Amino acid sequence: MNRRLPLKLKELSECFRTQTLDPVSATEQILQLANRLQHLNAFIRTSPEKALAQAEKSSTRHKTGKPLSLLDGAPIAVKDNFCTKGIHTTCAARMLENFVPTYNATVYERLARNGAILVGKTNMDQYGMGSGTVDSIFGPTKNYWDAVEGESDFRIAGGSSGGSAVAVASGICFAALGSDTGGSTRNPASYCGVVGFKPTYGLLSRYGLIPLVNSMDVPGILTRTVDDCLAVFNAIAGPDDRDSTTIKTFFKPISLPDASKICLKGLKVGIPIEYHCEGLSDEVLTTWTKVADMLEDAGASVHPVSLPYTSASIFVYSILNQCEVASNMARYDGIEFGHRSDEDASTEQLYAKSRAEGFNGVVKNRILSGNFFLLRKNYDKYFEKALKVRRLIANDFDRAFQEVDILLTPTTLSDAPRYSEFIQSNNRDQCAVQDFCTQPANMGGIPALSLPIRLSEQRLPISLQLMAPNFSEKRLFKVAKWIEEQVKFETNYN
Amino acid sequence: ATKAAGKPATRPNRWKSVIGLEVHAQIQTNSKLFSGAEVAFSSPINSCVSLFDASIPGTLPVLNRKCVELGVRTALALGCKVNSVSMFDRKHYFYADLPAGYQITQQRAPLARGGLLSFPVFVPGVSRKPYYKSARLHQLQLEQDSGKSLHDPVERKSLVDLNRAGVPLMELVFEPDLETGEEAAALVKELILILTRLGSCSCRMEEGALRVDANISVHKENTPLGTRTEVKNIGSVRAVAQAIEFEIERQIGILDGGGKIFNETRAWDAAGRQTIAMRDKEVVQDYRFMPEPNLPPLHVNVDGECDADVVVDAVHIGSSLPELPEETRRQIVEIHNLTPEMAIILVNDITLYNHFRTILDEPGKARSPKAVANFLINELLTILNKNKIDIEECRIPSTHLAEVTDMLEGNIINAYLARLIVQEALDGEGRESPALLAQRNDWLMITDTERIEAMCKDAIKNNPKVVEKYRKGKEKMLYALAGEIAKVSEQKVDMAKSVDLLKNMLK
Repeated sequence: MNRRLPLKLKELSECFRTQTLDPVSATEQILQLANRLQHLNAFIRTSPEKALAQAEKSSTRHKTGKPLSLLDGAPIAVKDNFCTKGIHTTCAARMLENFVPTYNATVYERLARNGAILVGKTNMDQYGMGSGTVDSIFGPTKNYWDAVEGESDFRIAGGSSGGSAVAVASGICFAALGSDTGGSTRNPASYCGVVGFKPTYGLLSRYGLIPLVNSMDVPGILTRTVDDCLAVFNAIAGPDDRDSTTIKTFFKPISLPDASKICLKGLKVGIPIEYHCEGLSDEVLTTWTKVADMLEDAGASVHPVSLPYTSASIFVYSILNQCEVASNMARYDGIEFGHRSDEDASTEQLYAKSRAEGFNGVVKNRILSGNFFLLRKNYDKYFEKALKVRRLIANDFDRAFQEVDILLTPTTLSDAPRYSEFIQSNNRDQCAVQDFCTQPANMGGIPALSLPIRLSEQRLPISLQLMAPNFSEKRLFKVAKWIEEQVKFETNYN
Repeated sequence: ATKAAGKPATRPNRWKSVIGLEVHAQIQTNSKLFSGAEVAFSSPINSCVSLFDASIPGTLPVLNRKCVELGVRTALALGCKVNSVSMFDRKHYFYADLPAGYQITQQRAPLARGGLLSFPVFVPGVSRKPYYKSARLHQLQLEQDSGKSLHDPVERKSLVDLNRAGVPLMELVFEPDLETGEEAAALVKELILILTRLGSCSCRMEEGALRVDANISVHKENTPLGTRTEVKNIGSVRAVAQAIEFEIERQIGILDGGGKIFNETRAWDAAGRQTIAMRDKEVVQDYRFMPEPNLPPLHVNVDGECDADVVVDAVHIGSSLPELPEETRRQIVEIHNLTPEMAIILVNDITLYNHFRTILDEPGKARSPKAVANFLINELLTILNKNKIDIEECRIPSTHLAEVTDMLEGNIINAYLARLIVQEALDGEGRESPALLAQRNDWLMITDTERIEAMCKDAIKNNPKVVEKYRKGKEKMLYALAGEIAKVSEQKVDMAKSVDLLKNMLK
C-alpha cells in the first residue's frame, strides 16, 4: 500500500475522522517515505518506534471519535535543537552528539499534547550557525526540488532549519518546527517552497530550544499551507512559566475566513526600497513586482517605504550574535553533559580539549570574537553600540508601520544556490548575503512569514516575505492566505 | 563617622587603616533563585539540582519572587533606595562548580542602592566604652551562589556538588568607611542581627550562609589611600576582626620595612591565624559582563498603588518591617533604664534577648529589668561560658530562668546559690524547675534567726583570737567571723544579717 497522503492537515484530519485512513498506516507510509528519501539527509535521526506508539494512541482516539485536535495523528518533524525527552538532541554538533535530554521543549510538548506524531529530528547547521544546512556533522541537507540521488552537486536547502524545510517539502511531514534567529526558518522555507513563519518574539516559548541568540531566537513553523501553519501556531503559542520572556497575556487562537472571503480593500502594503538590494535576482524582483501589482488590483494600496538602517542589521547581528554565542557556549565544558575529552590532566585542560574537539571552526570563531567584543575595554565600542543600532532598526519598523499595515519583500535574493557555489564563500559571508532580507525582523522582534509564490526557470521555488507589526499575526496570515490562493503554489506539489 | 566618644586604637607611626566589606548572604527561601530546586543545607550530594542548575541546554531562569521580596525587605531595613527597575547580568568565568560558565548577578542596575548601617562597637571586657560607627551601603544585588568543588590531589580527582549552585544570594557592598577589625566585626554582627530579624538570611556563618570579604589598605595621614588587598570568605564574626587586624599589621610591617603591597586576593587561615595569598586569583579577570537576555527587567513598585499579583510591592514591604536592633537598644536604655553596655549585650544575642523579653513580659509579674538583666548577663552567661556552651544550646526555659530571678529578688537565694541552681538545671537539661532543685539540694538561704544565732555563737566560740582582736577595736574582724559563718553555712546566710547579729552578741 503506497497511497499518496493528502496535502493539507485539514484533509488528513478528515480522512482520520471518516476512518478512510488510520494514523498507524499513515505513519507507516511516512516512515517508508522517509527511508526512501534518506539521500536528502533531512533527518539526523528518525524515531520510528516512538512514532508508531504515538500513532497507535492517536488511532484509538480517532476510533472513539475523540481526537485531541486537528493535529491528532499528523506526522511532524522537529529541528534537532529542540529538546525531546529520551530522543537525542544534537544541534548537529559533535559537542552534543550523545546528548539525550530528559525533558521536552515546550513547543514540542504542546504539539505532542495535540496528538502530533514525531517522525524525527531534522538536520541543521551546527547550533543554528549557518544559512545553508551545510555545516552539520551529519553532512549537508539537499534541496528536495533538485536533488538527484547519487549526484555530488545539488541545490542547498537553505538554513539553518534546512532539514525541517525538506521534511515538509518532500511530503514526509505536514509540519515541522524550525528556529529563527536571523532567518533560519524563512530562508530554507523560501528555497524549499514551503511556508516559513517566524512569530513575534515572546509568543512562542523558547524553553527547551538550545539557544543561539536568546534575544532573537524564536521557534519557527514550516508547513505546506498557510492554514496548516496557523493550526500549528494556534496549538503552541501562548505564555509559558518556564520562559520569562514569553508574553504573559493569554493567547487567543486566531481564526481566518475562507480565502474567497478575504478582502484587501484599504490595506496599505509597504515596499521597503532598501530591500531592492545588490544581488537581487531578476526572477525574484519580477515576482515581487507581480505580487505587489496583484495586491493593488485587489484594492490594497502599495507604497514605497524606507527602512534606512536595513544594511546595518547584518553588522549589528554579527556582534550581538557572537557575544551571546560566546556566553551561551560557556556551559559546554564536558562536565555535566556533552562531549568530554579523555585529556584530564587538569580541569582547565579537560575544558580546553573538550571544547577544542566538540566545536567546529564556525563556533570557535564566534566564541573568540564574541569574547573580544565583551571585554571591558570593548563593551561600549561594540556590544553597547550594536544595541543602540538595533534600537534604530526596530524604530525603522515602528515608523514604517505608522504608514503601512504590512511589508512585502523578498525572502532570499534568488532561488536555491548550488552547493558547490555556496561553499565558495565562508560562513560569515554566506550569512551576510542569505540573511539580508530576513535578519531585520529578528532585530525588531516582529512577525514575518515566507510564502512560496512560483517556480523559477530552474524549476526551483521563489518566495516572498511578509512582515507585520508586533502581535499582528492575524493580519499576516490573512494577507498570506489571500496571496496563496491567488498564486496556487500548491499545484507544484502534484 | 564616629558618633560617640571612645575612639579606635591608634596605630604606630601614624598609619591609618581603611576597610570596606562585601557580604554575601544566602537568602532564606525554600527554593533557588532561578529554579524550583530545594535549598537545604547538608542535603545528600547533588540531590537539590534542577536541570537549570546543572545548566542543561535549553533550560531558562525563572526569577523566584520570594527572593525579590526578601531582598527588598533587607534593602529597606538598611535604608536603601530600591530601584523601580533593576536588571540581571551574566558574569563569565570558567570554574567546575559554575556549570553555565557564568553567574547571573546584577552589575549594571542592582536591586537597591545607597543605604546606611549604624552600629555600636563594643567588645565586653576589651573596650572601655561603646561607640557608634556608620558604614554606607553602596548597593544590594541579587545573584546566584556557585556549587562546591572538592579536590582530591592524591586520587587526582575533582568532585562537584551542585546543591549550592543557584542558591539565592544578596551581595551587600559597603563603602570603605571602617578603620579596625573590631569595627568590621561589629558591622557584621549588627548585620546578622538585622537579617535574622527580617528573616531574610539564616546568618549561619558556619554553614556559609553569610560570608564576608574585606578590602583592606593602610596609608599615612594626609596621603592618598594605599594599595588594597582583599581577604575572601571569612567565616565567623571573630575571624573578621582577627583577619583584618592581621592584614593591617602585615601591610604596615611590609611598608615600614620599605616593601610594597600588591593588589591581591588572600584567604584567612583560621588555624594558622594568618592571611595567605590565593594563587589561582593572581591573574586579573575580565568577566565579560553581558545583560542576561533570558530575564526581562525586574520591576518593583516603589511608590503608590500597584497590582501585588504582578509586581513586588516595596511600599507594602516597607510598612511591615519589624523592630530593628538599634530601636530595641534605645528602648532598653530609655524605658528600662539600663546602661547602653547592657543594652548592647542583651540585643547582640537573640536568644539572650528573647529570655529577657519573655521574663519581663510575663503577665501578672512586675520584675525589675535591672535584676533580670543582671542575672542573665552576670550569672547565666558566666556559667554558660564556664561550661563552654552557646546560649542557643542551653535548654533551660525562660520560665525557669524567671523563677531564679524571682528567688534572687526575694532573697530566697543569693548569687552563689543561683549559680549552683543554674548549673544543676543545665546538667538536667532544664527538666526540673529551679525551685524544686533548690528544695532538693537545700540551696536556700537560712532565714531562721535562731539557727543563725546558733551559728554566730559557734563562730564566736571557735575563734577566740579573732573575737579578741575585734574587742580591741579591730572592727574588720567582724567580717572574718561572718566569713566563717558563710563557710559553715555553705553561703546560705545573709552576710549583713550575720554581721548585725554578731555585733549585738559581742556588745
